[in-house]
Parts: sequence; structure tokens; C-alpha cells
Amino acid sequence: MKIAVCVKRVPDSETRVKIASDGKSLDEAGVKFILNPYDEFAVEEALRRREHAGAGEVVIVSLGPPAAQETIRTALAMGADRGILLQADRVPADGLEVARALGAELKAGAYDLVLFGKMAIDDYNHQVGPMVAELLDLPCVTAIAHLEIAGGKGTAEREIEGGVEVVEFRLPAVLTTDKGLNEPRYPALKGIMAAKKKPLEVKPTALGAGSLEVLALSPPPQRKDGRVVGEGSAAVPELLRLLRDEAKVL
Amino acid sequence: MTKFQGVDFYDVDGLLSEEERAVRDTVRQWVDDNLMPVIAEHYLAGGFPKHLVPQMAELGLFGANLPEEYGCAGLNNVAYGLIMQELERGDSGVRSFASVQGALVMYPIHAFGSDEQKRHWLPKMASGEVIGCFGLTEPDYGSNPAGMITVARESESGWILNGAKMWITNGSTAQVAIVWAKTGKPDDVESIRGFIVPTDANGFSAQDQKGKLSLRASDTSELVLQDVCVAKDALLPKSGGLKSPLLCLTQARYGIAWGAVGAAMACYDEAVGYAKTRVMFGKPIGGFQLQQARLAEMLTEVTKAQLLCLQLGRLKDQGKVTPQQVSLAKRNNVNIATDIARETRRLLGANGILAEYQAMRHLANLESVYTYEGTHDIHTLILGQEITGLNAFN
Ligand SMILES: Cc1cc2nc3c(=O)[nH]c(=O)nc-3n(C[C@H](O)[C@H](O)[C@H](O)COP(=O)(O)OP(=O)(O)OC[C@H]3O[C@@H](n4cnc5c(N)ncnc54)[C@H](O)[C@@H]3O)c2cc1C
Repeated sequence: MKIAVCVKRVPDSETRVKIASDGKSLDEAGVKFILNPYDEFAVEEALRRREHAGAGEVVIVSLGPPAAQETIRTALAMGADRGILLQADRVPADGLEVARALGAELKAGAYDLVLFGKMAIDDYNHQVGPMVAELLDLPCVTAIAHLEIAGGKGTAEREIEGGVEVVEFRLPAVLTTDKGLNEPRYPALKGIMAAKKKPLEVKPTALGAGSLEVLALSPPPQRKDGRVVGEGSAAVPELLRLLRDEAKVL
Repeated sequence: MTKFQGVDFYDVDGLLSEEERAVRDTVRQWVDDNLMPVIAEHYLAGGFPKHLVPQMAELGLFGANLPEEYGCAGLNNVAYGLIMQELERGDSGVRSFASVQGALVMYPIHAFGSDEQKRHWLPKMASGEVIGCFGLTEPDYGSNPAGMITVARESESGWILNGAKMWITNGSTAQVAIVWAKTGKPDDVESIRGFIVPTDANGFSAQDQKGKLSLRASDTSELVLQDVCVAKDALLPKSGGLKSPLLCLTQARYGIAWGAVGAAMACYDEAVGYAKTRVMFGKPIGGFQLQQARLAEMLTEVTKAQLLCLQLGRLKDQGKVTPQQVSLAKRNNVNIATDIARETRRLLGANGILAEYQAMRHLANLESVYTYEGTHDIHTLILGQEITGLNAFN
């Protein structure tokens, strides 16, 4: 089985991001970038499929700046076979432009399965996976938490409000992965060394302008300090009064 | 639990290669996920968290700077140092475990062993299937191992060892011990050789040392060898003289210099977090000059120690490092780490004495690290001799 996993370079969720002087992008100085955590589930799932089958190939595809090679190599260190970077100076805000570029690359690859994380933790768009599926005219199951594949068919489970949805699909297909699907492995030290020697093809990629533009970024409003209204049961009347009159939640 | 972000005031990260950073990040994450949640309980119980050994092996943490042909990761010495740093950020006991396995057992087998010995032992040790210990110190010979009285006599069928070793990390856990013994007269230092001794051999016993108030998450044992017979091929053929165990110590001290930076970073990080959030006299204690002076001092020393390690590692990778340079780094970094741990403990007030926080555990641990692998004083004498050409040991 030939599996493509599309991954994105994103700022670490623990870094404190600053808004750049243009007011609409991030100041990348001192920011640590990581492999998007939802994409880790996709990489892990692909590796398990290949290990289970005892054969196959896992190809990592990313669209991003030259530094995204590092992100690809993280996935190679986990055990993927080779990588392709669609190199662009910037990742457009319009997911459709990203999907078009990825779609063109994936189409040529004849993959049995294309995996994405369900979303990237920088823009929270949940878009690119399903868009690629549409462009390639392939079935798509999003946010899967369980997967089985046998005889050219797959069954995936999605956790939906109050229950589980079971979806059957035929291959090739596009899937996006959710937390709970698996426990991603650490890139072991030998894997990190081996990743240096694995093929990583860099393809300069021209992107359309897209039809979305980010106008402004602003940090969330500062939270006000909390207030202690008293102790024990004696504080309850005052708390109720404040919740009713000031916070207006009762 | 929040992820540890490290301390990097001088963009030392920018001096690391992509692989070096990737190695560091993997170990850092592993420590956050698997060691931090359990370390306090193992420290209090007084035992090494053995359940972590298979995971450490799978990551490739044992003998990580030894060649891939023996199942090791084949990393450079800077990446190896970063592993030690991250492990000791968690706990000195866990770093000690990895140091002993890699620098004190796998290294001598690699450096002084036959091809046969290397092929037999190294892959099993890299995979954690076999745990090793290193027996040099004796009850009456600590700083002066040249005086050791453990002896090995050649017999028809092999070697017979007699003696006692003390303060041996992993001694009761190990399946194999590297034992240093004299094969000649009691004053013949040149006759010191290394032996690979299976710990289940007749006459070999290991007893854990009780009542430790430091390095509690590490097992430390006394070894007794009473007419222990081993085969001829237990001898490390290329070992000879005190310089052989000292070469091992240089490897381990190199890792300790890095490890101390990890413990220092952990404490500094804890101190900063606490100083910003603990409110006294109406404002965070970090807003008082006395605490700011503490923090400024800590950051300065951490940063200096980081740069010291990195250059030491680069020299080692170029094959240019001297044992005296390693002594300087071990001496300085363990000393400043101990100071930083103590200052953090004090900054934390009463909370600083709890196992829930890290500072006092690191402080107590670092007192062992200060003493083992050449005490602080001994490294002072090594440097003194290097500077003056005069021996002040005896
Ligand atoms: C937790 C722990 C784990 C250890 N693990 C191992 C291990 O795995 N394998 C192993 O072989 N050993 C191990 N050791 C032993 C360690 O290396 C020794 O404790 C160390 O070398 C010091 O020896 P000593 O304790 O006998 O102190 P001593 O040598 O008796 O020193 C006592 C004091 O005298 C000072 N001193 C000694 N000589 C001089 C001098 N010439 N001039 C000035 N001052 C001097 C010392 O600095 C020290 O302050 C371990 C120790 C500890 C605490």
C-alpha cells in the first residue's frame, strides 16, 4: 500500500506568539515550530499500516517554506520513507490554494490512501483534507478515531456528538485523523540519524493568490484578575448577588 | 503538566544542528511525558524507575555515541551531551543510570574489548536486555583508586577475583559488572585490568546501600567478590593500568557536565515560575530586588555552563578534547547547578522542601554528583597540576 501523509509546519502550542509589525502575521523570531500534532496521528497511522502489511511506502508531503524540510524530517525520523516539499515563500490563508497545490502533487503519485490531520493548530480551518478529496474526486472521511482496512475497503469511526459514527469507504480515499486514533511514537535517535539519509525532494511551487486575505490579527483581550468574595458558606449570598447583578449569568 | 521549554538566553540553539535539536527535543518530550509524572514517587520510595528501561532503550539512549554496527545510535558527542542534559533535567538518578550503562560499561567494552566481546555485549546493552555496572571505588579507596586492593589471579581455566567495591550505581540491578582489579603486586598500578563479570557468578554478591538522602531514584550497591571464577575471555584485552578506568571516567564526566546544566535549567525554570506567581507583601516576589538578583545570577551561570558544554562537545567531536578540559566543565557545572538548586529551594520558601517541587530533589542529588566521578576537590587538583605542572595529590 502506498500512503501519502500531508503535514504542516506550525508554531508550537506552548510558544508565546507575537504579532508582527504588519499587524496581520506572526513574528517568527524565537518561535519554535513543530509538526502539527494532529498530523502526528496521521503519520503514526500510516507507519502502522505499512508495518502491519510488511510492505508499502509512506510518503510525507508538505507545502511551506524551506524550513518545512525540518518538519518533514521529523516524520521521516518517526519512520516514513521519503518526503516531498512543495516549497512556497508563504502558505496562503486560503485553504483551497493549498489544496490545489497538494492535489496536483498527490494525483501524480497514485496513492492508495492520503492522510491529513483533521486540522492545523495554527489556523484551525479543518479544510485542506476534504478539499483535496474533492479535487481528486475521492471519498473522504474526516476526524477518524479508529480505522480498519481490508480488501480494498476501509471502515472508519468518527466520534460525533453523543456517539460514534461508523463509515465504510472504498480505496483510494482521503482521511483526516483525530486524537484517539493512536499514540504517536517518538522519533527514536536512530530514526533521527536515518532521516538525514532519506530522500527529500524539494519542488518550487507557484501558488495562486486565493480569495481570502487576513486583514488583522489581535491577541485575545486580557483577562481581569479574579476576586475572592469571602470564605465558606458565608460567601454564598454575596457570590449569588454578583453572579446575578454583575456577571448576569443567573 | 506544562511542557519544559528549556532556557536559552544566548540563542545557543542556533549553534546546534537540526539533528542535535531533534535529539534534544525527543528526549525532552519523553522526560515530560514519562519521567516527570513518576519521579517524585520513585525518589521518595528510594528506587530506580526500572519500568522506564525498555522505553529508554527503544529511544536509543544507551551508548548513543557508539557506532550503529553495535545497535547504538551513532550520534556525535554534542547530541550525546544533550541527551544527558535532558535526562538530568528530569533527575540525576536517571541520568546516572544512562551514564553508567553507556559511558562506564559500553564504552570500556567498545574501547578495550575484543571484537567478540563487542559483538556479544554491546547490542544487548543498547537494547536494555543487559544492564551493567562499573566497579572501581572500594571502601578504602575512593579519590585514590590507584590504591585498590581487589585482585585478579590467573588460573588454569581463567581468572579468580577477590575484593570489595562500594558505591556502585546499578550494582544490584546489573547482569554484568565491569570490575577493575590488580593482576600484579599491591603497589603495581600498571597491573590494573578490567574484567567483564556476570553478576550471577558464584561468589559475587551485591547489597543495596541503605539510608541514602541523595540520588534516591538510583540504586547504589556494595559488591563483594569472593573467589569469583570467570573465563579467560572475561578480561578486557586492551585494558591496562589506571589510565583505562580513567578514560571511562572522562567519558562519564563529559556527560555529567551536560547533565548538570539540565538540573540547573530545571531549577531556574521552577524559580522563575514561582517568583512570578507567588504574591507576598502585595506583589509577586519576583518584583523584589533580592529575588531578581537570585534569578539574574542563575541565568548567568546557566548560560555560561551551556556555552562551556557546547564548546567542550565540539572539541570532543574534533578529537581535540583533553581530560583537564572535561574536569573544568564537570567541576564548574556541577558546582553552579548545586548553587542554583539551593537558591531555588530557598526562593520557594516552605514549598521548596516538598517533593512536589523539584529544587530540593535536585539539590540533594547534586551533592552526590559533586562527589562522584572525581570530587570537586579532585578536579581542582587536576586543574592545579595542569596549570603549575606540580602534583598536589600526595
Ligand atoms: C551515589 C553515588 C554513586 C556512585 N557510583 C559509583 C559507581 O558506579 N562506580 C564507582 O566506582 N564509584 C561510584 N561512586 C563512588 C565515588 O566515585 C566516590 O565516592 C568518590 O570518588 C569519592 O571517594 P570517597 O567517597 O571515598 O571520598 P574520599 O576519597 O574519602 O574523599 C573524602 C573527602 O576528601 C577529599 N580529598 C580526597 N583526597 C584529597 C586530596 N588529595 N586533597 C584534598 N582533598 C582530598 C575529597 O574531595 C572529599 O571531600 C559513587 C558515589 C556515590 C555517592
